[in-house]
Amino acid sequence: MPKDLVAASATPLVLGILSEGESYGYAILKRVNQLSGGELEWTDGMLYPLLHRLERLGYAEASWKVPAGSRTRRRKYYRITESGRQALAEQRRQWTVITGALRDLWHEASPAPSPALLGS
Amino acid sequence: MLPAGAGDQQPPDLEALIAEWRAGVEQQRAVDDADADELEGHLRDQIADLGSAGLAPDEAFLIAVKRMGSVDALSTEFAREHADRLWKRLALGPSAGGQPSARRDFWTMIGFACAAALAVKVPEAFGLDLFDDGRFYARNVGLFALVPLAGFFAWSRGLPAVRATRMLGPPFAAAAVVVNAYPFEDGSDTEALAALHLPIALWLLVGVAYAGGDWRSDHKRMDYVRFTGEWFIYYVLIALGGGVLAGFTAGAFDVIGIDADDFVSSWVVACGALGAVVVASWLVEAKQSVVENMAPVLTKLFTPLFAAMLLAFLGAMVWTGRGIDFDRDVLIFFNLLLALVLGLHLYAVSARDHRAPHDVSDRLQFVLVASALVADALVLVAMVDRISDFGLTPNRVAALGENVVLLVNLAWSARLLLGFWRGRVTFASVERWQTAYTPVYLIWATVVVVAFPPAFGFA
Repeated sequence: MPKDLVAASATPLVLGILSEGESYGYAILKRVNQLSGGELEWTDGMLYPLLHRLERLGYAEASWKVPAGSRTRRRKYYRITESGRQALAEQRRQWTVITGALRDLWHEASPAPSPALLGS
Repeated sequence: MLPAGAGDQQPPDLEALIAEWRAGVEQQRAVDDADADELEGHLRDQIADLGSAGLAPDEAFLIAVKRMGSVDALSTEFAREHADRLWKRLALGPSAGGQPSARRDFWTMIGFACAAALAVKVPEAFGLDLFDDGRFYARNVGLFALVPLAGFFAWSRGLPAVRATRMLGPPFAAAAVVVNAYPFEDGSDTEALAALHLPIALWLLVGVAYAGGDWRSDHKRMDYVRFTGEWFIYYVLIALGGGVLAGFTAGAFDVIGIDADDFVSSWVVACGALGAVVVASWLVEAKQSVVENMAPVLTKLFTPLFAAMLLAFLGAMVWTGRGIDFDRDVLIFFNLLLALVLGLHLYAVSARDHRAPHDVSDRLQFVLVASALVADALVLVAMVDRISDFGLTPNRVAALGENVVLLVNLAWSARLLLGFWRGRVTFASVERWQTAYTPVYLIWATVVVVAFPPAFGFA
């Protein structure tokens, strides 16, 4: 997957995951992996500057909590804010336009080339 | 091999690996402590997951670190988001460090700064006007400013009051008596010289308080030299700000038809100038680690330029064969030049790692010092011929004495630099020469203040 595409999709993905409920870095990454079937490979560390940017823009709020149960190590949990939801809605609209346009285009032209065809 | 211990407990070597990785991350200026916590948490979660999938701890660590990305790339990303962190933050105020000692120092500083600011107003209560009795203030300004500063240092260094008073009380008291009891003639040269040299002598005495009484230590003396350079820079900056403040104060009141000029010069400027002495000192102390030391940076910048200027001057003198056009200010001018060269040399020395091998900037130092010496020697030779024409006035003797004091220092410095260049002496001895020489300035300044007026009949 090209880097540009990964970078462009990162914000809506993270905001989308946060809209499911508050979460922390490692869990967000696992969710991204699960959603993309392991195809979207992020360098783990890069998630954090992104989360900090969302925090700065006011799309997310962060708080340090010691997770119930296990160890004494604290974690930084991120929660989506109202303006984060608005930003997500806007991103969603834009992505719908793009994916819709591509789908229509590829639908009209021809069915996607199948692996069997490429192989011959 | 399986680690000893069970369950949640991780083997110590993994802890060491994580600590090492974290230290690498923390070194990046764009990453702060909380970020490092967050990243470390991520790393640990990843390692735990990989471990439960059957990987050995060290393998899990390697993979987790790889997935995290290189520390450099990470730091670049963080720097993009937190560009502000690349600038060292200079937070003012008592809450800045959060340490109780920093808070206490802040209020101590405020106290002594106010003391200095008010000290200059006390004589007014006894009918001495700042403008009409300018001579009195000129003679005593060093005392007004530096007694509170010495007090501030003694206090913040935890120097017992009795010891501080015993050590610094007599010289300060003697200074006060001398400058005020001597029957100076109105507008006399010896009075001007005393007013000029007293702050220098007192400044060196303040060094005793700065060193917490341990003034014999070479390290403490060098620290005081560094402190002096930084203090000067802070003071100039504060003075610039203060000038703007004074200008706007006068201007704003002028708009509503109130003439605030007198108030500005007798309160804002006078009190500000004295209070700032303590404030600048506190800033140097408190912000030692926050701000890059500026004096050595300026030194690095100007050493080659001054060396080039001096060489060009000597070259022009030889080339054109012009003699030195003598008037009374030439010696003072060359004193200032030597003092400046000494300053450049001193701050280059103060910032240098004395274990580092000899390099090109040391040669530049030598060129600078040597060319200043040659220029000064030419001036002195030209002067000796004509010394009888001039007669010995206090100003000339003082200028000549200062020239000798600086010349001796620089001549020996040049010798040591040459020795260092040739690998015969260590850089530490160049440094030690400077710290060992500091009492000479004190002695000379004291001689000018104490011995000159009677010697020249208070003229």
